Amino acid sequence: MNHDEIRKEVSDWLDANWSADRALIEWRNILLEGGWAAPNWPEDCFGRGYDAEQAAVVSDVFAEKGAVGAAQVGPRRLAAETILVHGSDDQKKRYLPPILTGEHAWCQLFSEPGSGSDLAGASTKAELLDGQWIINGQKVWNTSAHHADFGILVARTDWDLPKHQGLSYFLINMRQPGVEARPLKQMNGHASFNEVFMTDAIVPAEDLMGGEGNGWAIATTTLSIERQGFARGRTPTVSRTAEEGPIYQEFAAELEIANEPYTWYPQREGRVDLVLPRAKETGAIKDPAVRQEIARLICLSSGARLAAASAAAQRKSGSNEVIPAGSIGKLGASIIARQAAHVHTMISGSDAMLSGQESAAKGMIAETLISVPAISIAGGTDEIQRNIISERVLGMPKEQRSDTGPFRDIKRNVT
Amino acid sequence: MQTMYTEEQEQFREVVARFLRVKSTAGDVRQLMASSEGYDVAVWRQLCGEVGLAGTHIPEEYGGAGFGPVELGIVSEEMGRYLYCGPFFASSVMAGYALLNGATESYKSAILPDIASGAKIATLVLDNLNNPGEVGAALKATKEHVVSGIASIVVDAHIADLLIVAASTPDGLGLYLVNAGSEGLSITPQEALDPTRKLSRVSLSEVRAERIGWLTESLLNQTWDQICSVLAHEMIGGAQHLFESTLEYTKVRVQFGRPIGSFQALKHRCADLLMELEFAKAAIHHAAFCLAASEGEPYVASMAKAMASDTYMEAARAGVQLRGGIGFTWEEDTHLWYKRAKSSEVFMGSAHMHRERMMTMIERASGHDTGEQP
Ligand SMILES: Cc1cc2nc3c(=O)[nH]c(=O)nc-3n(C[C@H](O)[C@H](O)[C@H](O)COP(=O)(O)OP(=O)(O)OC[C@H]3O[C@@H](n4cnc5c(N)ncnc54)[C@H](O)[C@@H]3O)c2cc1C
Repeated sequence: MNHDEIRKEVSDWLDANWSADRALIEWRNILLEGGWAAPNWPEDCFGRGYDAEQAAVVSDVFAEKGAVGAAQVGPRRLAAETILVHGSDDQKKRYLPPILTGEHAWCQLFSEPGSGSDLAGASTKAELLDGQWIINGQKVWNTSAHHADFGILVARTDWDLPKHQGLSYFLINMRQPGVEARPLKQMNGHASFNEVFMTDAIVPAEDLMGGEGNGWAIATTTLSIERQGFARGRTPTVSRTAEEGPIYQEFAAELEIANEPYTWYPQREGRVDLVLPRAKETGAIKDPAVRQEIARLICLSSGARLAAASAAAQRKSGSNEVIPAGSIGKLGASIIARQAAHVHTMISGSDAMLSGQESAAKGMIAETLISVPAISIAGGTDEIQRNIISERVLGMPKEQRSDTGPFRDIKRNVT
Repeated sequence: MQTMYTEEQEQFREVVARFLRVKSTAGDVRQLMASSEGYDVAVWRQLCGEVGLAGTHIPEEYGGAGFGPVELGIVSEEMGRYLYCGPFFASSVMAGYALLNGATESYKSAILPDIASGAKIATLVLDNLNNPGEVGAALKATKEHVVSGIASIVVDAHIADLLIVAASTPDGLGLYLVNAGSEGLSITPQEALDPTRKLSRVSLSEVRAERIGWLTESLLNQTWDQICSVLAHEMIGGAQHLFESTLEYTKVRVQFGRPIGSFQALKHRCADLLMELEFAKAAIHHAAFCLAASEGEPYVASMAKAMASDTYMEAARAGVQLRGGIGFTWEEDTHLWYKRAKSSEVFMGSAHMHRERMMTMIERASGHDTGEQP
């Protein structure tokens, strides 16, 4: 279907169905049935099999008409897209619709105090007892876990196999007595990530995904989806004012909770958008040294954007050239954020000593300066991205490992 | 506007690459860089005749192939990869673009067909290769048809039949045609840091010249942009060659009982370099796509050249460093590309100049008022 046909079809459908007077969940169920909740998903899975550009046409029409779309903020997207690839039909049917309607929020339970970069070294224990998985262990740095209804969980089901083979992937209900999420305060003052304690937490047998022992392969899918998200950036959905219809009020309330952990995310990306306005407003734009650094930043961010677009175009055209868009984009996002923070500091001069509402750009510059360190850690550190690029993309020889053999015998952190 | 190469363009690249792979080996390059002419006449003839590259971007009405900046970029990228030695850049690209932009119709019809066919070699004589804003200080038309002054660096002037000279007049920058051998013209070969690109000093003492047109400020900047876009392609081609050959080396060289490519310091350097290369390549191709469509940001060519300058040198430094001692020898080929990288870094403006030029263009595009979102 070409873009005009899609535009017409979605417009007609919205004209017939969209109303700002409906309740939010009721509307999203209509959306789901109409096949417009996730048009880029496969046709047999609530979608229409559209590519990114076709899906963008749909979002544009939704935006023009002020129609509210499916829920998308936060790690729910990671969960949904992983379930799409690896879930059983039953899992897709049970879990995907409430993700789209916004009834269920999700979190990612991967990192542990003893294993972060080395995700395959996870030591949270899962044991099968009377047809149920019993989970014991601790996760950490889990964004939005305090708002989540479900989690995607990597846990160890076999301690005698080599580390990558003993892991399994679970879909765990967070609203149960055995699970406790405690927010952790970050260096920028926000508390969007948590530590999560699991004590005899229960996962029904049917919520192990993709078969016992396949956790590593599935986690890899999640991580690659996550990396692409970094390069793409996040655009929180903007809604209209509540006066225009009750659904907007509900939507705004939903976003307020869902977006709460992410208010600082644009700042961790460096606020490139504020660089030129700030340089002009302060007069720093006249400083030749500042000009050089701004231009460097523009080169970097344009290069990253154009390289990602060209990789996407080549993927679409079925070119078999391997383009490591995910890791390169993620590494690029870190470097852009760092350069942007550097430029903001130059522009502000001694004013960069201040923070809070009274400081530059209502505190957004200060928040940027103390938030950018997150982007080179979250979702796999810069160093790990460089390992991936060099070994998997460039085919450079692997480092000698000291973590082979049964997991039980490998050196680990004492926790 | 196109955002990726078409299948025809990819095939065209393959044709060019196949030719150069055979006709411009490292052995050929070494031989030519040691010669005073610096190019192989037979190969140049083939390149112009059989392959028809000299007129790639010249319209068919002037005897060219009628392609644009994208195809020209493809040719140059491959030439940069194989370090082709010949007058393509001086004649087709530099002189060709200056003529296309500045010459009057009758001179275009008179001169361009010879450039497109390779029957004549031309070069563009600019008295400043640093900044378009500084062109015209040292070359002047003293009377209407008499040009005097010095251009200290001119590419391939020693083999040029035609010199296209940009000289200032009270009415602006004029474009003049000077034939090789004219009285008062002296061309002295310069010792070049990069011996694969021959440079001369051109001095004109009351040389009789035909005025063939004008390069207004905007036409001069347009010409500069077009040349920079092509140059940036040439540079990214060279950078890719360096990266690929260096990467290969890290996989075979063994130290401490393992391939050096298994050391993380080298892996991370290669990963960073790949990222820089991918970003620069995307920006450089984007510049050609924009120029071809007359769309896009006004600063794409400067962005391309700034990124090419930094990236080519980064690849060149890694090329030597990751080879160790052998990388610093004359015998190993890396230094051929290293020198091209170093010399191209500053040719037609350094990264520094181009970044400043970008900022000027950005400010101009967004108006001078302060505090407004661009
Ligand atoms: C804001 C934020 C949000 C996050 N959200 C989530 C979430 O929702 N869910 C979740 O599960 N996790 C989340 N994380 C955790 C994140 O994925 C980990 O912090 C990250 O993978 C690094 O692991 P670590 O903290 O254990 O550090 P470590 O792995 O201990 O790393 C310490 C240092 O060693 C380096 N290092 C480690 N291994 C190597 C190697 N092989 N080669 C070279 N250098 C190496 C690292 O690069 C780093 O510099 C989040 C983190 C942040 C900062």
